[in-house]
Amino acid sequence: MLPLAFLGLFFAWPVLAIITLGLREGGVTTVLFAADTWELVGFTLGQALASTVVAVVAGLPVAFVLARCRIRGLGLVRAAVMVPFVLPTVVVGLAFRTFWPDGGVLPIVLANAFFNVAVVARTVGGLWAHTDRRAEDAARALGASRPRAFLSVVLPALAPAIGSAAAVVFLFCATSFGVVLVLGGSRYRTLETEIYLRTVELFDLSGAAALSLLQFVAVLAVLVLGALARRRRETALALRDREELARRPSGGEWYVVLAAFAVVVALLTPVVGLVTRSLSTRDGWSFAGYVALTTRGDRGTLAVTGIDAALNSVRTAFDATLVALVVGVFSAVVLVGLRRSGSRIAEVLDTALMLPLGVSAVTVGFGYLVTMDALPGDFRTSPLLVPLAQALVVTPLIVRMVLPVLRAVDERLRQAAATLGASPLRVWREVDLPLVGRSLVAAAGFGYVVALGEFGATSFLARPDAPTLPVVIARLMSRPGELNSQMAYAACALLMVVTVGCVLLIERLRVPSSGEF
Amino acid sequence: MALELDSITVRYGQTAAVSDVSLTVADGEVVALLGPSGCGKSTLLRTIAGLEKPSAGSVRWDGADLAGVPVHRREFGLVFQDGQLFPHRSVAGNVAFGLRMKKVERESRDKRVLSLLELVGLEGYADRRVTQLSGGEQQRVALARALAPSPRLLLLDEPLSALDRALREQLAVDLARLLREAQTTALVVTHDHDEAFTLADRVAIMSRGRIVQVGPPAEVWSSPVDVETAKFLGCNKFVPGSFVGLDVGRVGLRATALRVDPAGALEGVVLERVHRRDHVRLLVEIDGEEYEAVGPMSEIGDRVRLEIDLDGVARIG
Repeated sequence: MLPLAFLGLFFAWPVLAIITLGLREGGVTTVLFAADTWELVGFTLGQALASTVVAVVAGLPVAFVLARCRIRGLGLVRAAVMVPFVLPTVVVGLAFRTFWPDGGVLPIVLANAFFNVAVVARTVGGLWAHTDRRAEDAARALGASRPRAFLSVVLPALAPAIGSAAAVVFLFCATSFGVVLVLGGSRYRTLETEIYLRTVELFDLSGAAALSLLQFVAVLAVLVLGALARRRRETALALRDREELARRPSGGEWYVVLAAFAVVVALLTPVVGLVTRSLSTRDGWSFAGYVALTTRGDRGTLAVTGIDAALNSVRTAFDATLVALVVGVFSAVVLVGLRRSGSRIAEVLDTALMLPLGVSAVTVGFGYLVTMDALPGDFRTSPLLVPLAQALVVTPLIVRMVLPVLRAVDERLRQAAATLGASPLRVWREVDLPLVGRSLVAAAGFGYVVALGEFGATSFLARPDAPTLPVVIARLMSRPGELNSQMAYAACALLMVVTVGCVLLIERLRVPSSGEF
Repeated sequence: MALELDSITVRYGQTAAVSDVSLTVADGEVVALLGPSGCGKSTLLRTIAGLEKPSAGSVRWDGADLAGVPVHRREFGLVFQDGQLFPHRSVAGNVAFGLRMKKVERESRDKRVLSLLELVGLEGYADRRVTQLSGGEQQRVALARALAPSPRLLLLDEPLSALDRALREQLAVDLARLLREAQTTALVVTHDHDEAFTLADRVAIMSRGRIVQVGPPAEVWSSPVDVETAKFLGCNKFVPGSFVGLDVGRVGLRATALRVDPAGALEGVVLERVHRRDHVRLLVEIDGEEYEAVGPMSEIGDRVRLEIDLDGVARIG
């Protein structure tokens, strides 16, 4: 019940409050009949679709390499693919701006895809590694060419994974905030950024609420489709054979490997570009941006120094991770238990836990602003608000990472422990916990990185005197002055270094092929 | 009577996996539950362990009903077909697990672990990782692990089925010796009659959720209760008793019932011939009927004389 209570208080209530706000003020009808609303919806869906296609096309070769090839540098590929996914959205936006200073549609699509290649590569790669290679071999023995065997045997087997990955990616892209805000400016707006702009700059709360409602409906639809795809995938996984060893690629497979490495290089380019930009000024190479981190920016743009913001980020993300870990692990344990007893509630709870992943962080942040006054104490200005909002964003990711590992613990192993005299609690401590321990640590690290980079909800909730690093970056970018932008780039680089460090650590801890992300 | 099963029925939805099974296992006795796969024998075993709930009937130990006793308090050891060793623990860690649950002191625990590893022939393996062991070694560790806390009853679910044949036969003999030496009360589930007869004092034959026959191995082997059981025990031809000179209604013939012998009373023609491990198996035609037989070398089409060997004949009923 704990996860449900958490979800109810810190997710359902704020979101419902937004919905009622939208309905009550008559904003919905006004908004629904406004022509530019549909333009907004069209652009939101269009860019999300384009980004999804790019991410899937780029992700498949990488998935192949991760799942099927035994070559040098695989760990590097794995980490390189993972880095963009956890980079703060603002950072990515800025990274792409170093190449397209004026923003535009193409950088938006590419930046969104850039984020999500990891989702495709990991989700599809995970299933691919467990798909029996012998089916493909049989097709080849029956006279199918390599591409033919791929199309007629491998692709259908992977279809559920591709489908569910695409659904998740589509969701992420449709609700992507930081990227669109940084690269779209006021010209290219999605529902998500429009909600933000209307709330923060136009104070049009009912209009913003109406747009949130519209977005919520769309997200729900996509999530249900994703859940259906996932159900199919789990039956597919049940059929899997023992994981077989990957082998060295041969013949035409090398082209795929080449394509995968091209994707990796493309993924690393913005990262490198960003670091370069943080070090180069009009006067040549300089650490000016990094030095400026100890100040409050040009002409006091910030209320605190960059270092203070960084420390605040570190603390906030830690709290958020702790909360998310407790709620996430608890949910995963409950889900597995329910599923073992064959309960139908498991599926509903499973999807409910995914909801925060898709509902825009901006909506959640906005909802907090509306509802938290009602709670006892001065909750709205409480320093706990930001970690709680971040925890909400992180929890679904942790559930997704821990759940499959927990589910993979053989029931008979637990029964063996029970027949040896271990009580149910003891079984959990002696068998489940040691077996999922590594993936728990990995999930915590992963959650920490995501919380560190969270921007959507945080930008709503962070008090001016206690901003996080991503909030500071956005603020610096919105103000003129070369030192400000230099400082922003330096902060990005700093955030990236921390992120990459965490990812590399997670990679070392990773249990082979666990989790979806 | 140590273990008593009183008309146990286990249902999954509409289908009954086990129907109305009653069986007793005496103190120190080894009983084999023998039957084809899917006959409900594993379900019955899991019910005894407390992993399934019977929909009717009761499991009793020394007269006390176990319905309210959870798995971990039954003190019944369980060995799975594929070991199910704890991958995160060493060999010694696995064997010590049940002792730790019983809060046995470290010193006596270590001693017990070593003596059990010796018992199963794995001296010096204590610190090995279980993932590095062969299938046979893993199964020995699983056995040692189950025996370590001195369970009141040992349940073995197809303990040797996952191993290859040579190893299986070797381990079956070892296991039989081990169970006798430790005077363990045990229930073994198997679909292999050689295994059942090697291990057990008594054999219970299961078919479609019911126990159809219980008895000492020799008795079950020589007089199966019905044709189906006889077929499961290797009889492939059923003839009137008079065919083999016995004064009973029906008998089942195994291949070894007819042996090529120049002094034999029957005459047939060889139709097919297959080489087996230690003999030649023939298909012969006698008076228009086909029979299996064993024999020394003979060519297809040969006319041969056949002698009846009563060791290969099972009386039905």
